[in-house]
Amino acid sequence: MNKFVRSFFLVEIVKGFCLTLKYMFFVPKVTINYPYEKGPISPRFRGEHALRRYPDGSERCIACKLCEAVCPALAITIEAEEQEDGSRRTTKYDIDMTKCIYCGLCQEACPVDAIVEGPNFEYATETREELYYNKEKLLDNGDRWEAQLAANIVADARYR
Amino acid sequence: MPKITINDMEIEVEQGTSVLQAAEQLGIEIPRFCYHDKLSVPANCRMCLVEIEGGPPKPVASCAMACGDGMIVHTDSDVVKDARKGVMEMMLINHPLDCPVCDQGGECDLQDQAVSYGFDRSRYYEDKREVEDNDYGPLIGTVMTRCIHCTRCIRFAEEIAGTPVLGQFNRGENAKVGTFVGGLIDTELSGNLIDVCPVGALTSKPYAFKARSWELTKTETIDVNDALGCNIRVDSRGREVMRILPRLNEDINEEWIDDRARFSCDGLAKGRIDRPYIRDEDSGKLREASWDEAISCISRKLRGVKGDAIAALAGDLVDVEAMVAMKDLLASLGSPNMDCRTDGSVFSAENRASYLFNSGIAGIDEADAILLVGVDPRHEATMINARIRKNWLEKGIPVSLIGEPVDLTYPYEHVGTSPKDLEMLVKQYAGKLDAKKPMMIVGANVFTRPDSLAVHALLHKACEDLGIVKDGWNGFNILHGAASRVGGLDVGFLPQNGGKDFADIIAATKEGSIEVLFLLGADEFNAHVNVGWKSFVVYQGHHGDHGAQRADVVLPSCAYTEKDGIYVNTEGRPQLARRAVSSVGEAKEDWAIIRKLSEHVGASPLPYNSQLELRSRIQKEWPIFKKMDEIIPAKWAKYSVKGKPAKDAFALPVQNYYLNNPICRASKTMEECSKAFTRQKELEDSA
Repeated sequence: MNKFVRSFFLVEIVKGFCLTLKYMFFVPKVTINYPYEKGPISPRFRGEHALRRYPDGSERCIACKLCEAVCPALAITIEAEEQEDGSRRTTKYDIDMTKCIYCGLCQEACPVDAIVEGPNFEYATETREELYYNKEKLLDNGDRWEAQLAANIVADARYR
Repeated sequence: MPKITINDMEIEVEQGTSVLQAAEQLGIEIPRFCYHDKLSVPANCRMCLVEIEGGPPKPVASCAMACGDGMIVHTDSDVVKDARKGVMEMMLINHPLDCPVCDQGGECDLQDQAVSYGFDRSRYYEDKREVEDNDYGPLIGTVMTRCIHCTRCIRFAEEIAGTPVLGQFNRGENAKVGTFVGGLIDTELSGNLIDVCPVGALTSKPYAFKARSWELTKTETIDVNDALGCNIRVDSRGREVMRILPRLNEDINEEWIDDRARFSCDGLAKGRIDRPYIRDEDSGKLREASWDEAISCISRKLRGVKGDAIAALAGDLVDVEAMVAMKDLLASLGSPNMDCRTDGSVFSAENRASYLFNSGIAGIDEADAILLVGVDPRHEATMINARIRKNWLEKGIPVSLIGEPVDLTYPYEHVGTSPKDLEMLVKQYAGKLDAKKPMMIVGANVFTRPDSLAVHALLHKACEDLGIVKDGWNGFNILHGAASRVGGLDVGFLPQNGGKDFADIIAATKEGSIEVLFLLGADEFNAHVNVGWKSFVVYQGHHGDHGAQRADVVLPSCAYTEKDGIYVNTEGRPQLARRAVSSVGEAKEDWAIIRKLSEHVGASPLPYNSQLELRSRIQKEWPIFKKMDEIIPAKWAKYSVKGKPAKDAFALPVQNYYLNNPICRASKTMEECSKAFTRQKELEDSA
């Protein structure tokens, strides 16, 4: 009987409409207009990689190869050489972004905060080849995101 | 024999054993920096402190404390742990924290021991000291700020290398290790300074920043730059040989190797032949070709050529398998003309004892008098020279030299220069020599004389008269210069019944009676000048050196790091070289090239399809190859040849230590060394 009344008066449907109307007019909106609007992300967010520079423009990376050693996916390949001024620098720093599992161990291992995973996650490409990053691309990323990368490191510093 | 207890474990050791050595025998690890098995004991790093019950009321340096009967030692008590931590902290006060850029990182004693025995943080906030770097030449890079003053390098240079050029200046905070007059470290053993340095103060310059220890593939093999067959470890990454390190073998090289063995490895990547070439008949220049083209070109040339008109020469870096395969190929072509002695030496190979280093390299330690004949051990075989110096240091044995005076690292008496002086010496001392185990070391170059057989006979007689060869002791030692030589003599890569030897073959190429000449890695006799243009030359080798310049067909083969192969060292010890990296381009192993060739030119293909089959064929005919790494002593026999040696003085081989084979000649490091050290000599001579 009870069941009959409920189905006769379409109670479930009315309830459903009420819920819809509630979210339409009375609850604050949670969807955002991506890509014009974006949600907040943590300073620890592990997105696209970047190689940073010192403020004077010289590369931070000293080719210690710790990131290469720690990388569980073997995505990083480094070659190094002595520079004219006797310093140790990379001649090749490649990351295969299709192999990378975004674990963040490379930035943990880095003694000079050179390789970091930045906040950028929008770097989808049309071909796989574009995801084989070289040193030039990574340094370029670093230059582009430096302000935010530096801010993230400062924000997270007291937890380290 | 004192009996001591270390950490509740008892051990009986020889008189004079230090506590550290006794602990090592028990498998107890005691950290150390300054102590090294092969060097003297200064006890200055204080890292090996242990507690001895009933001893002094403070920790004791175990490396310098001899075991006493009933001693009770603790190596892991609180006192010891505390002392180690203190020493470690002291050492790290001035050691820079630059492990990420230091080449020693990953294989550093200080790094490892700081983790195992040190504090996990620093309490030192003042400025660290900084030390100016030294210029030690093109091989050793220095970062003296990292030095912890263990003085291992100073002791190595003084004791093993015999060039006391290093020392420690000033004291305390200002202490500094360096050369006395700011010169280079001019010794053929300088690379070992890098190995003995427990930190990154001395590092390899050619290897600087190239790779990290953990990413290298390690292959245990042997060196072919001289005839000693020093045991080495080849560290490679991918297809590239990054560096070469010594491997412990007390019978040959102890734990050192010479600079040529260590630093010539960059020559393996340069000047390589990576594909076959054929000399273009129109332009007279070498042009690229395919394997099929090259082999069909050779088989065309060989068609209708009589066996007598074919010859083969094997060079200094060829393995035994290749020589046996070539010998078999020539046999199937009906040619008796072959020789492995491309330095032009001639000696009777009928008796094995007459061309070996009979006493063995380790035998030098037992010798109580040494006569050098026409040899410069320092540059022909550096490890032999180091052994003689070691014996001289320990026992002060007399060393005499007949031949050109040379610069050695121990004093010697210069007796004379010619065979006549040797005869006089024999007359003077026959039966009167006051030595139980006298030894004679003869340079290979002695046998390049025109009267070599007569000289050989004289040497034999001298050995018998002077008691150098007697029951239970054979001190007659020939020091060969080429890694392939003894192997070639053992398998008889020599003129077969009436065939032409090296000199005859070269002469015959000029008049045209040799129509086809195979050069099996033969680069040492300036083939482009000496081989006549009337014969067709097939060169098979790995570097575009003298041989390839003259060749009409060039076949690419593998260098010693790219193939498995047997080499017999000057003692007659067969050793296995192992493949560390893959071959370059289209190169193939030497024996495989010859096997392939035999399908097209000989009566029938050679009867082995794999290297193992070839090896079992070798072992069947020559039993000395049955056991690797072991010497089968050769029996001394009377020498049948007679003759009177000429009056000429014994000459030394004209060669540059740093540039004596195709690999070295392609190496940039060796070129730099040759420049730096020759110039240093000129400067010293003019001063």
